[in-house]
Amino acid sequence: MDRIYFDHASTTPVDRRVLDAMLPYFSEQFGNPSSILIEEGRVPNKAVDEARETLAQLVNAEREEIIFTGSATESNNLAIKGLALANRDKGKRILFSDIEHFSVMNQADFLRSLGFEVDFIKVDNYGIIDLEDLKNKATDDTILVSIMHANLEIGTIEPIEEIALFLKERDILFHSDGTGTCGRIPVDVKKLGVDTMTISPHQFYGPKGVAALYMKRGAKLISFMQGGFQEMGYRAGTENVPGIVGSGKAAQIAMEEVGEKLERLTRLSRRLWDGLSSSIEYIHFTGHPNIRLPGHASFWIEFVEGESLLLWLNLNGIASASGSACASNMMAADETGLKASHVLTAVGVPPEICSGSISFSLGKDNTMEEVEYVLSVIPGIVKRLMEMSPLYEKARKPGR
Amino acid sequence: MAKGPYSDKVMDHFMNPRNMGEIEEADGVGEVGNPACGDVMKLYLKIEGDRIVDAKFKTFGCGAAIASSSMTTELIKGKTIDEALSISNEAVAEALGGLPPAKQHCSVLAEEALKVAIEDYKKKKGQG
Repeated sequence: MDRIYFDHASTTPVDRRVLDAMLPYFSEQFGNPSSILIEEGRVPNKAVDEARETLAQLVNAEREEIIFTGSATESNNLAIKGLALANRDKGKRILFSDIEHFSVMNQADFLRSLGFEVDFIKVDNYGIIDLEDLKNKATDDTILVSIMHANLEIGTIEPIEEIALFLKERDILFHSDGTGTCGRIPVDVKKLGVDTMTISPHQFYGPKGVAALYMKRGAKLISFMQGGFQEMGYRAGTENVPGIVGSGKAAQIAMEEVGEKLERLTRLSRRLWDGLSSSIEYIHFTGHPNIRLPGHASFWIEFVEGESLLLWLNLNGIASASGSACASNMMAADETGLKASHVLTAVGVPPEICSGSISFSLGKDNTMEEVEYVLSVIPGIVKRLMEMSPLYEKARKPGR
Repeated sequence: MAKGPYSDKVMDHFMNPRNMGEIEEADGVGEVGNPACGDVMKLYLKIEGDRIVDAKFKTFGCGAAIASSSMTTELIKGKTIDEALSISNEAVAEALGGLPPAKQHCSVLAEEALKVAIEDYKKKKGQG
Protein backbone atom coordinates (compact mmCIF):
# COMPACT_ATOMS: atom_id res chain seq x y z
CA MET A 1 0.00 0.00 0.00
CA ASP A 2 1.23 3.52 -0.80
CA ARG A 3 1.66 6.01 2.00
CA ILE A 4 -1.54 7.04 3.74
CA TYR A 5 -1.96 10.77 4.25
CA PHE A 6 -4.11 11.58 7.26
CA ASP A 7 -2.78 15.10 7.82
CA HIS A 8 -5.10 17.22 5.69
CA ALA A 9 -5.45 19.71 8.55
CA SER A 10 -1.85 20.62 7.83
CA THR A 11 -2.27 20.95 4.09
CA THR A 12 -3.87 19.20 1.12
CA PRO A 13 -2.36 18.15 -2.20
CA VAL A 14 -3.07 20.42 -5.16
CA ASP A 15 -5.92 18.92 -7.20
CA ARG A 16 -4.74 17.97 -10.70
CA ARG A 17 -7.53 20.15 -12.18
CA VAL A 18 -6.28 23.08 -10.09
CA LEU A 19 -2.72 22.57 -11.28
CA ASP A 20 -3.87 22.41 -14.92
CA ALA A 21 -5.72 25.70 -14.47
CA MET A 22 -2.62 27.32 -12.94
CA LEU A 23 0.04 26.16 -15.38
CA PRO A 24 -0.58 28.63 -18.25
CA TYR A 25 -0.20 31.55 -15.83
CA PHE A 26 3.42 30.72 -15.09
CA SER A 27 4.65 31.10 -18.67
CA GLU A 28 2.11 31.63 -21.44
CA GLN A 29 -0.02 34.17 -19.57
CA PHE A 30 2.79 35.67 -17.55
CA GLY A 31 1.73 39.33 -17.85
CA ASN A 32 1.33 41.62 -14.89
CA PRO A 33 -2.37 41.93 -14.08
CA SER A 34 -1.86 45.64 -13.39
CA SER A 35 -0.73 46.19 -17.00
CA ILE A 36 -4.25 46.37 -18.31
CA LEU A 37 -3.41 48.59 -21.27
CA ILE A 38 -1.50 45.79 -22.96
CA GLU A 39 -2.80 42.43 -24.11
CA GLU A 40 -0.32 40.51 -21.91
CA GLY A 41 -1.81 42.05 -18.80
CA ARG A 42 -5.48 41.80 -19.69
CA VAL A 43 -5.79 38.02 -19.61
CA PRO A 44 -4.21 37.62 -16.14
CA ASN A 45 -6.20 40.60 -14.91
CA LYS A 46 -9.42 38.95 -16.02
CA ALA A 47 -8.32 35.63 -14.51
CA VAL A 48 -7.69 37.28 -11.13
CA ASP A 49 -11.12 38.91 -11.28
CA GLU A 50 -12.79 35.61 -12.11
CA ALA A 51 -11.00 33.88 -9.25
CA ARG A 52 -12.10 36.67 -6.93
CA GLU A 53 -15.68 36.12 -8.03
CA THR A 54 -15.43 32.36 -7.39
CA LEU A 55 -13.83 32.83 -3.95
CA ALA A 56 -16.64 35.27 -3.16
CA GLN A 57 -19.24 32.68 -4.20
CA LEU A 58 -17.55 30.08 -1.99
CA VAL A 59 -18.37 32.11 1.12
CA ASN A 60 -21.43 34.03 -0.21
CA ALA A 61 -19.62 37.36 -0.40
CA GLU A 62 -19.39 40.08 -3.07
CA ARG A 63 -16.45 40.11 -5.45
CA GLU A 64 -15.17 43.42 -4.01
CA GLU A 65 -15.15 41.90 -0.55
CA ILE A 66 -12.31 39.46 -1.35
CA ILE A 67 -8.68 40.54 -0.88
CA PHE A 68 -5.95 38.18 -2.01
CA THR A 69 -2.96 37.77 0.31
CA GLY A 70 0.09 35.51 0.55
CA SER A 71 -1.04 33.18 3.33
CA ALA A 72 -3.69 32.62 5.99
CA THR A 73 -1.20 34.04 8.47
CA GLU A 74 -1.05 37.25 6.43
CA SER A 75 -4.85 37.38 6.19
CA ASN A 76 -5.14 37.03 9.96
CA ASN A 77 -2.55 39.76 10.45
CA LEU A 78 -4.17 42.08 7.90
CA ALA A 79 -7.58 41.64 9.50
CA ILE A 80 -6.58 41.97 13.14
CA LYS A 81 -3.91 44.65 12.91
CA GLY A 82 -5.82 46.42 10.14
CA LEU A 83 -9.12 46.54 12.02
CA ALA A 84 -7.43 47.41 15.33
CA LEU A 85 -5.46 50.31 13.90
CA ALA A 86 -8.38 51.66 11.89
CA ASN A 87 -10.67 51.60 14.91
CA ARG A 88 -8.39 52.59 17.77
CA ASP A 89 -10.36 55.78 18.34
CA LYS A 90 -13.27 53.58 19.53
CA GLY A 91 -11.36 51.66 22.18
CA LYS A 92 -8.26 49.66 22.90
CA ARG A 93 -9.41 46.23 24.01
CA ILE A 94 -9.08 43.17 21.76
CA LEU A 95 -10.14 39.61 22.58
CA PHE A 96 -8.83 36.34 21.17
CA SER A 97 -9.96 32.84 22.01
CA ASP A 98 -7.60 30.58 23.93
CA ILE A 99 -7.33 28.16 21.00
CA GLU A 100 -6.45 30.50 18.11
CA HIS A 101 -3.73 29.66 15.63
CA PHE A 102 -0.30 31.19 16.37
CA SER A 103 -0.88 33.68 13.54
CA VAL A 104 -3.56 35.22 15.78
CA MET A 105 -2.22 34.45 19.27
CA ASN A 106 1.25 35.76 18.54
CA GLN A 107 -0.07 39.18 17.55
CA ALA A 108 -0.93 39.88 21.18
CA ASP A 109 2.48 41.19 22.25
CA PHE A 110 2.81 43.40 19.19
CA LEU A 111 -0.67 44.85 19.71
CA ARG A 112 0.15 45.48 23.37
CA SER A 113 3.30 47.33 22.29
CA LEU A 114 1.02 49.63 20.27
CA GLY A 115 -1.04 50.38 23.36
CA PHE A 116 -3.83 47.85 22.88
CA GLU A 117 -5.04 45.63 25.68
CA VAL A 118 -5.38 41.95 24.70
CA ASP A 119 -7.29 39.35 26.68
CA PHE A 120 -8.18 35.73 26.00
CA ILE A 121 -11.54 33.97 26.11
CA LYS A 122 -11.80 30.52 27.65
CA VAL A 123 -13.17 27.44 25.94
CA ASP A 124 -14.92 24.44 27.50
CA ASN A 125 -13.55 20.89 27.53
CA TYR A 126 -14.81 20.36 23.98
CA GLY A 127 -13.11 23.52 22.74
CA ILE A 128 -16.36 25.51 22.42
CA ILE A 129 -16.11 29.20 23.31
CA ASP A 130 -17.31 30.02 26.82
CA LEU A 131 -19.97 32.61 25.96
CA GLU A 132 -20.22 33.76 29.56
CA ASP A 133 -16.51 34.49 29.62
CA LEU A 134 -16.84 36.36 26.33
CA LYS A 135 -19.75 38.40 27.73
CA ASN A 136 -17.76 39.26 30.85
CA LYS A 137 -14.65 40.24 28.96
CA ALA A 138 -16.35 42.20 26.15
CA THR A 139 -16.28 45.56 27.93
CA ASP A 140 -17.31 48.93 26.47
CA ASP A 141 -13.71 49.47 25.52
CA THR A 142 -13.60 46.35 23.34
CA ILE A 143 -13.26 47.03 19.61
CA LEU A 144 -12.41 43.64 18.14
CA VAL A 145 -12.84 39.93 18.80
CA SER A 146 -11.10 37.14 16.90
CA ILE A 147 -12.43 33.60 17.16
CA MET A 148 -11.57 30.85 14.68
CA HIS A 149 -14.38 29.06 12.85
CA ALA A 150 -12.97 25.58 13.49
CA ASN A 151 -9.91 24.34 15.29
CA LEU A 152 -7.78 22.14 13.08
CA GLU A 153 -6.11 20.37 16.00
CA ILE A 154 -9.22 19.14 17.78
CA GLY A 155 -11.80 19.62 15.02
CA THR A 156 -14.37 21.60 17.02
CA ILE A 157 -16.55 24.09 15.11
CA GLU A 158 -17.38 27.30 17.01
CA PRO A 159 -20.86 28.90 17.26
CA ILE A 160 -19.78 31.86 15.12
CA GLU A 161 -23.33 33.03 14.29
CA GLU A 162 -24.31 33.25 17.94
CA ILE A 163 -21.10 35.05 18.86
CA ALA A 164 -21.52 37.50 15.96
CA LEU A 165 -25.05 38.40 17.08
CA PHE A 166 -23.81 39.23 20.56
CA LEU A 167 -20.89 41.30 19.25
CA LYS A 168 -23.02 43.16 16.71
CA GLU A 169 -25.34 44.33 19.50
CA ARG A 170 -22.31 45.87 21.19
CA ASP A 171 -20.81 47.30 18.01
CA ILE A 172 -17.71 45.12 18.36
CA LEU A 173 -15.92 44.02 15.18
CA PHE A 174 -15.56 40.29 14.60
CA HIS A 175 -12.78 38.50 12.74
CA SER A 176 -12.90 34.76 12.25
CA ASP A 177 -10.11 32.57 10.95
CA GLY A 178 -11.91 30.32 8.46
CA THR A 179 -8.80 28.31 7.55
CA GLY A 180 -10.35 25.12 8.87
CA THR A 181 -13.77 25.54 7.30
CA CYS A 182 -13.80 27.56 4.04
CA GLY A 183 -13.75 25.06 1.19
CA ARG A 184 -14.25 22.14 3.58
CA ILE A 185 -17.81 22.75 4.71
CA PRO A 186 -20.40 25.26 3.43
CA VAL A 187 -19.55 28.74 4.75
CA ASP A 188 -21.83 31.77 4.43
CA VAL A 189 -20.17 34.91 5.76
CA LYS A 190 -23.42 36.89 5.61
CA LYS A 191 -25.26 34.30 7.66
CA LEU A 192 -22.35 33.95 10.08
CA GLY A 193 -22.24 37.73 10.53
CA VAL A 194 -18.48 38.19 10.60
CA ASP A 195 -16.71 41.37 9.52
CA THR A 196 -13.64 39.62 8.19
CA MET A 197 -12.80 35.98 7.57
CA THR A 198 -9.60 34.26 6.49
CA ILE A 199 -9.81 31.81 3.58
CA SER A 200 -6.92 29.41 2.97
CA PRO A 201 -7.00 27.63 -0.43
CA HIS A 202 -4.23 25.15 0.35
CA GLN A 203 -6.65 23.66 2.87
CA PHE A 204 -9.03 22.70 0.05
CA TYR A 205 -6.73 21.36 -2.68
CA GLY A 206 -5.51 24.76 -3.86
CA PRO A 207 -1.91 25.96 -3.88
CA LYS A 208 0.21 27.24 -1.01
CA GLY A 209 1.54 30.80 -1.01
CA VAL A 210 -1.83 32.39 -1.59
CA ALA A 211 -4.85 33.08 0.60
CA ALA A 212 -7.72 35.52 0.83
CA LEU A 213 -9.47 37.72 3.31
CA TYR A 214 -13.20 38.32 3.20
CA MET A 215 -13.71 41.94 4.22
CA LYS A 216 -17.30 43.04 4.69
CA ARG A 217 -18.24 46.03 2.54
CA GLY A 218 -17.77 49.21 4.56
CA ALA A 219 -15.39 47.65 7.07
CA LYS A 220 -12.67 50.11 8.05
CA LEU A 221 -9.24 48.53 7.78
CA ILE A 222 -5.72 49.96 7.54
CA SER A 223 -3.25 48.09 5.38
CA PHE A 224 0.18 47.51 6.87
CA MET A 225 1.73 46.89 3.48
CA GLN A 226 2.66 50.08 1.69
CA GLY A 227 3.30 49.97 -2.02
CA GLY A 228 1.15 49.92 -5.15
CA PHE A 229 -2.62 49.88 -5.37
CA GLN A 230 -3.20 46.18 -5.97
CA GLU A 231 -6.07 44.50 -4.15
CA MET A 232 -7.93 47.78 -3.81
CA GLY A 233 -5.01 49.22 -1.88
CA TYR A 234 -5.26 46.70 0.94
CA ARG A 235 -2.42 44.44 -0.18
CA ALA A 236 0.32 46.01 -2.24
CA GLY A 237 2.53 43.82 -4.40
CA THR A 238 2.16 42.11 -7.74
CA GLU A 239 -0.48 39.41 -7.43
CA ASN A 240 0.45 35.73 -7.36
CA VAL A 241 -1.58 35.12 -10.50
CA PRO A 242 -1.10 31.33 -10.83
CA GLY A 243 -1.86 30.93 -7.14
CA ILE A 244 -4.95 33.10 -7.36
CA VAL A 245 -6.19 31.24 -10.45
CA GLY A 246 -5.58 27.95 -8.63
CA SER A 247 -7.50 29.23 -5.62
CA GLY A 248 -10.45 30.08 -7.83
CA LYS A 249 -10.42 26.65 -9.42
CA ALA A 250 -10.10 24.97 -6.01
CA ALA A 251 -13.06 27.01 -4.74
CA GLN A 252 -15.15 26.02 -7.76
CA ILE A 253 -14.38 22.32 -7.25
CA ALA A 254 -15.04 22.63 -3.51
CA MET A 255 -18.50 24.07 -4.18
CA GLU A 256 -19.35 21.41 -6.76
CA GLU A 257 -18.15 18.46 -4.70
CA VAL A 258 -18.86 19.47 -1.12
CA GLY A 259 -21.93 17.27 -0.64
CA GLU A 260 -20.35 14.04 -1.78
CA LYS A 261 -17.12 14.83 0.06
CA LEU A 262 -18.86 15.46 3.37
CA GLU A 263 -20.83 12.24 3.13
CA ARG A 264 -17.69 10.18 2.45
CA LEU A 265 -15.58 11.85 5.11
CA THR A 266 -18.28 11.46 7.73
CA ARG A 267 -18.54 7.75 6.95
CA LEU A 268 -14.76 7.24 7.07
CA SER A 269 -14.21 9.18 10.28
CA ARG A 270 -17.11 7.40 12.00
CA ARG A 271 -15.45 4.05 11.25
CA LEU A 272 -12.12 5.44 12.45
CA TRP A 273 -13.63 6.63 15.75
CA ASP A 274 -15.47 3.37 16.31
CA GLY A 275 -12.42 1.29 15.46
CA LEU A 276 -10.07 3.29 17.66
CA SER A 277 -12.39 3.37 20.64
CA SER A 278 -13.04 -0.37 20.50
CA SER A 279 -9.43 -1.45 20.00
CA ILE A 280 -7.39 0.92 22.18
CA GLU A 281 -7.57 1.01 25.93
CA TYR A 282 -6.97 4.37 27.67
CA ILE A 283 -7.90 6.38 24.55
CA HIS A 284 -9.58 9.77 25.01
CA PHE A 285 -11.02 11.71 22.09
CA THR A 286 -10.58 15.48 22.00
CA GLY A 287 -12.86 18.14 20.57
CA HIS A 288 -16.63 18.09 20.36
CA PRO A 289 -18.08 14.65 19.54
CA ASN A 290 -20.61 16.02 17.04
CA ILE A 291 -19.97 19.69 16.27
CA ARG A 292 -16.73 19.04 14.46
CA LEU A 293 -15.04 18.97 11.08
CA PRO A 294 -15.96 15.96 8.95
CA GLY A 295 -13.09 13.52 8.47
CA HIS A 296 -11.35 14.64 11.64
CA ALA A 297 -10.44 12.47 14.63
CA SER A 298 -8.18 13.60 17.44
CA PHE A 299 -7.31 11.77 20.61
CA TRP A 300 -4.71 11.13 23.25
CA ILE A 301 -3.69 7.85 24.76
CA GLU A 302 -2.59 7.55 28.35
CA PHE A 303 0.98 6.27 28.83
CA VAL A 304 1.82 6.80 25.16
CA GLU A 305 3.92 9.74 24.00
CA GLY A 306 2.74 11.52 20.87
CA GLU A 307 5.98 11.90 18.95
CA SER A 308 6.84 8.24 19.36
CA LEU A 309 3.38 7.28 18.16
CA LEU A 310 3.71 9.70 15.23
CA LEU A 311 7.13 8.26 14.30
CA TRP A 312 5.86 4.68 14.41
CA LEU A 313 2.80 5.57 12.34
CA ASN A 314 5.13 7.25 9.86
CA LEU A 315 7.35 4.15 9.73
CA ASN A 316 4.20 2.19 8.91
CA GLY A 317 3.41 4.55 6.04
CA ILE A 318 0.87 6.73 7.84
CA ALA A 319 1.20 10.53 8.01
CA SER A 320 -0.59 12.18 10.94
CA ALA A 321 -0.06 15.09 13.34
CA SER A 322 0.72 15.33 17.02
CA GLY A 323 0.12 18.03 19.58
CA SER A 324 2.95 16.51 21.57
CA ALA A 325 5.39 18.96 23.06
CA CYS A 326 8.25 16.90 21.74
CA ALA A 327 6.93 16.95 18.19
CA SER A 328 5.96 20.60 18.29
CA ASN A 329 9.19 22.43 17.68
CA MET A 330 11.81 19.85 16.96
CA MET A 331 14.26 22.25 15.34
CA ALA A 332 14.08 24.95 18.00
CA ALA A 333 17.49 26.19 19.13
CA ASP A 334 16.88 24.75 22.58
CA GLU A 335 14.14 23.09 24.59
CA THR A 336 12.32 26.33 25.34
CA GLY A 337 10.08 25.55 22.36
CA LEU A 338 8.91 22.33 23.99
CA LYS A 339 5.54 23.33 25.31
CA ALA A 340 2.47 21.17 25.19
CA SER A 341 -0.12 22.31 22.65
CA HIS A 342 -1.89 25.45 23.90
CA VAL A 343 -5.09 24.09 22.37
CA LEU A 344 -5.02 20.87 24.37
CA THR A 345 -4.04 22.75 27.50
CA ALA A 346 -6.98 25.12 26.93
CA VAL A 347 -9.45 22.23 26.70
CA GLY A 348 -8.22 20.96 30.05
CA VAL A 349 -5.82 18.19 29.11
CA PRO A 350 -2.93 18.28 31.64
CA PRO A 351 0.39 19.05 29.88
CA GLU A 352 2.03 15.80 30.95
CA ILE A 353 -0.89 13.85 29.50
CA CYS A 354 -1.51 15.74 26.28
CA SER A 355 1.89 14.65 25.04
CA GLY A 356 0.11 11.58 23.70
CA SER A 357 -2.15 13.52 21.39
CA ILE A 358 -2.58 12.59 17.75
CA SER A 359 -4.91 13.99 15.14
CA PHE A 360 -6.02 12.27 11.97
CA SER A 361 -7.50 14.53 9.32
CA LEU A 362 -8.83 12.74 6.29
CA GLY A 363 -9.22 14.08 2.78
CA LYS A 364 -11.26 13.45 -0.34
CA ASP A 365 -8.93 10.76 -1.68
CA ASN A 366 -8.73 8.63 1.45
CA THR A 367 -10.48 5.27 1.33
CA MET A 368 -12.11 2.83 3.75
CA GLU A 369 -9.28 0.41 2.96
CA GLU A 370 -6.79 2.98 4.31
CA VAL A 371 -8.87 3.49 7.44
CA GLU A 372 -8.94 -0.27 8.02
CA TYR A 373 -5.16 -0.47 7.53
CA VAL A 374 -4.58 2.26 10.14
CA LEU A 375 -6.93 0.46 12.52
CA SER A 376 -5.03 -2.77 11.99
CA VAL A 377 -1.64 -1.20 12.69
CA ILE A 378 -2.21 1.21 15.55
CA PRO A 379 -3.08 -1.22 18.40
CA GLY A 380 0.28 -2.99 18.01
CA ILE A 381 2.20 0.30 18.09
CA VAL A 382 0.30 1.46 21.16
CA LYS A 383 0.94 -1.85 22.93
CA ARG A 384 4.66 -1.63 22.20
CA LEU A 385 4.90 1.96 23.51
CA MET A 386 2.83 1.19 26.59
CA GLU A 387 5.07 -1.75 27.47
CA MET A 388 8.02 0.64 27.27
CA SER A 389 6.36 3.23 29.49
CA PRO A 390 7.26 3.42 33.20
CA LEU A 391 3.98 5.30 33.69
CA TYR A 392 2.02 2.33 32.39
CA GLU A 393 4.08 0.03 34.61
CA LYS A 394 3.16 2.18 37.59
CA ALA A 395 -0.54 2.17 36.69
CA ARG A 396 -0.51 -1.61 36.30
CA LYS A 397 1.33 -2.20 39.53
CA PRO A 398 -0.05 0.31 42.02
CA GLY A 399 1.95 0.68 45.19
CA ARG A 400 5.27 0.01 43.54
CA MET B 1 13.75 5.01 5.68
CA ALA B 2 12.43 8.52 6.21
CA LYS B 3 15.12 9.87 8.52
CA GLY B 4 13.74 13.32 9.23
CA PRO B 5 15.59 15.31 11.89
CA TYR B 6 17.05 12.21 13.55
CA SER B 7 20.27 10.39 12.68
CA ASP B 8 20.13 6.79 11.47
CA LYS B 9 21.57 5.73 14.81
CA VAL B 10 18.79 7.50 16.77
CA MET B 11 16.17 5.88 14.57
CA ASP B 12 17.83 2.48 14.95
CA HIS B 13 17.77 2.73 18.77
CA PHE B 14 14.21 4.08 18.63
CA MET B 15 12.98 1.22 16.48
CA ASN B 16 15.12 -1.47 18.09
CA PRO B 17 15.72 -0.31 21.64
CA ARG B 18 18.45 -2.26 23.42
CA ASN B 19 17.85 -3.46 26.96
CA MET B 20 14.23 -2.35 27.19
CA GLY B 21 12.46 -3.77 30.20
CA GLU B 22 12.91 -3.98 33.93
CA ILE B 23 15.20 -5.87 36.30
CA GLU B 24 13.43 -7.58 39.14
CA GLU B 25 15.29 -6.94 42.40
CA ALA B 26 17.48 -4.30 40.75
CA ASP B 27 20.42 -3.04 42.80
CA GLY B 28 19.79 0.55 41.76
CA VAL B 29 16.77 2.25 40.20
CA GLY B 30 16.67 5.81 38.91
CA GLU B 31 13.55 7.53 37.70
CA VAL B 32 13.63 11.09 36.40
CA GLY B 33 11.19 13.31 34.52
CA ASN B 34 11.38 16.43 32.42
CA PRO B 35 8.57 18.80 33.33
CA ALA B 36 9.06 20.76 30.07
CA CYS B 37 7.92 17.97 27.82
CA GLY B 38 6.66 15.26 30.18
CA ASP B 39 9.31 12.63 29.38
CA VAL B 40 9.88 10.05 32.10
CA MET B 41 12.91 7.73 32.17
CA LYS B 42 13.47 4.80 34.51
CA LEU B 43 16.78 3.00 34.64
CA TYR B 44 17.41 -0.34 36.39
CA LEU B 45 20.92 -1.49 37.31
CA LYS B 46 22.32 -4.86 38.35
CA ILE B 47 25.67 -4.31 40.01
CA GLU B 48 28.21 -6.92 41.08
CA GLY B 49 31.23 -5.68 43.00
CA ASP B 50 31.41 -2.19 41.59
CA ARG B 51 30.65 -3.27 38.03
CA ILE B 52 27.35 -2.77 36.18
CA VAL B 53 26.56 -6.23 34.88
CA ASP B 54 23.12 -5.44 33.54
CA ALA B 55 21.08 -2.34 32.75
CA LYS B 56 17.55 -2.00 31.52
CA PHE B 57 15.25 0.91 30.95
CA LYS B 58 11.68 1.99 30.51
CA THR B 59 10.92 5.35 28.93
CA PHE B 60 7.83 7.40 28.27
CA GLY B 61 9.00 9.93 25.74
CA CYS B 62 9.89 10.94 22.25
CA GLY B 63 12.21 9.20 19.80
CA ALA B 64 15.27 10.96 21.19
CA ALA B 65 14.37 10.03 24.77
CA ILE B 66 13.97 6.35 23.89
CA ALA B 67 17.17 6.31 21.86
CA SER B 68 19.10 8.12 24.63
CA SER B 69 17.92 5.58 27.20
CA SER B 70 18.80 2.69 24.96
CA MET B 71 22.26 4.07 24.15
CA THR B 72 22.97 4.81 27.82
CA THR B 73 22.32 1.20 28.79
CA GLU B 74 24.67 0.10 26.01
CA LEU B 75 27.38 2.48 27.14
CA ILE B 76 27.29 1.56 30.84
CA LYS B 77 27.00 -2.22 30.67
CA GLY B 78 30.26 -3.79 31.84
CA LYS B 79 31.60 -0.52 33.18
CA THR B 80 32.51 0.19 36.80
CA ILE B 81 30.33 2.70 38.65
CA ASP B 82 33.01 5.37 38.40
CA GLU B 83 33.46 4.75 34.68
CA ALA B 84 29.69 4.95 34.18
CA LEU B 85 29.47 8.19 36.14
CA SER B 86 32.04 9.75 33.85
CA ILE B 87 29.75 9.25 30.81
CA SER B 88 28.31 12.66 30.04
CA ASN B 89 25.13 13.51 28.21
CA GLU B 90 27.30 14.79 25.37
CA ALA B 91 28.86 11.34 25.09
CA VAL B 92 25.38 9.78 24.84
CA ALA B 93 24.34 12.30 22.17
CA GLU B 94 27.59 11.80 20.28
CA ALA B 95 27.22 8.02 20.35
CA LEU B 96 23.79 8.54 18.77
CA GLY B 97 25.27 10.56 15.93
CA GLY B 98 23.94 13.80 17.40
CA LEU B 99 20.53 15.03 18.48
CA PRO B 100 18.51 18.02 17.22
CA PRO B 101 19.16 21.10 19.42
CA ALA B 102 15.74 20.97 21.09
CA LYS B 103 16.32 17.31 21.94
CA GLN B 104 19.63 17.63 23.74
CA HIS B 105 17.70 17.53 27.01
CA CYS B 106 16.83 13.89 26.32
CA SER B 107 20.47 12.90 26.70
CA VAL B 108 20.63 15.05 29.87
CA LEU B 109 17.67 13.10 31.20
CA ALA B 110 19.49 9.82 30.52
CA GLU B 111 22.57 11.06 32.38
CA GLU B 112 20.38 12.14 35.30
CA ALA B 113 18.60 8.78 35.40
CA LEU B 114 21.97 7.03 35.58
CA LYS B 115 23.15 9.25 38.44
CA VAL B 116 19.93 8.72 40.39
CA ALA B 117 20.14 4.95 39.87
CA ILE B 118 23.73 4.86 41.13
CA GLU B 119 22.80 7.05 44.11
CA ASP B 120 19.99 4.62 44.85
CA TYR B 121 22.46 1.73 44.70
CA LYS B 122 24.86 3.51 47.04
CA LYS B 123 22.05 4.33 49.45
CA LYS B 124 20.95 0.70 49.51
CA LYS B 125 24.54 -0.32 50.16
CA GLY B 126 24.79 2.23 52.94
CA GLN B 127 27.32 4.25 51.01
CA GLY B 128 25.05 7.20 50.21
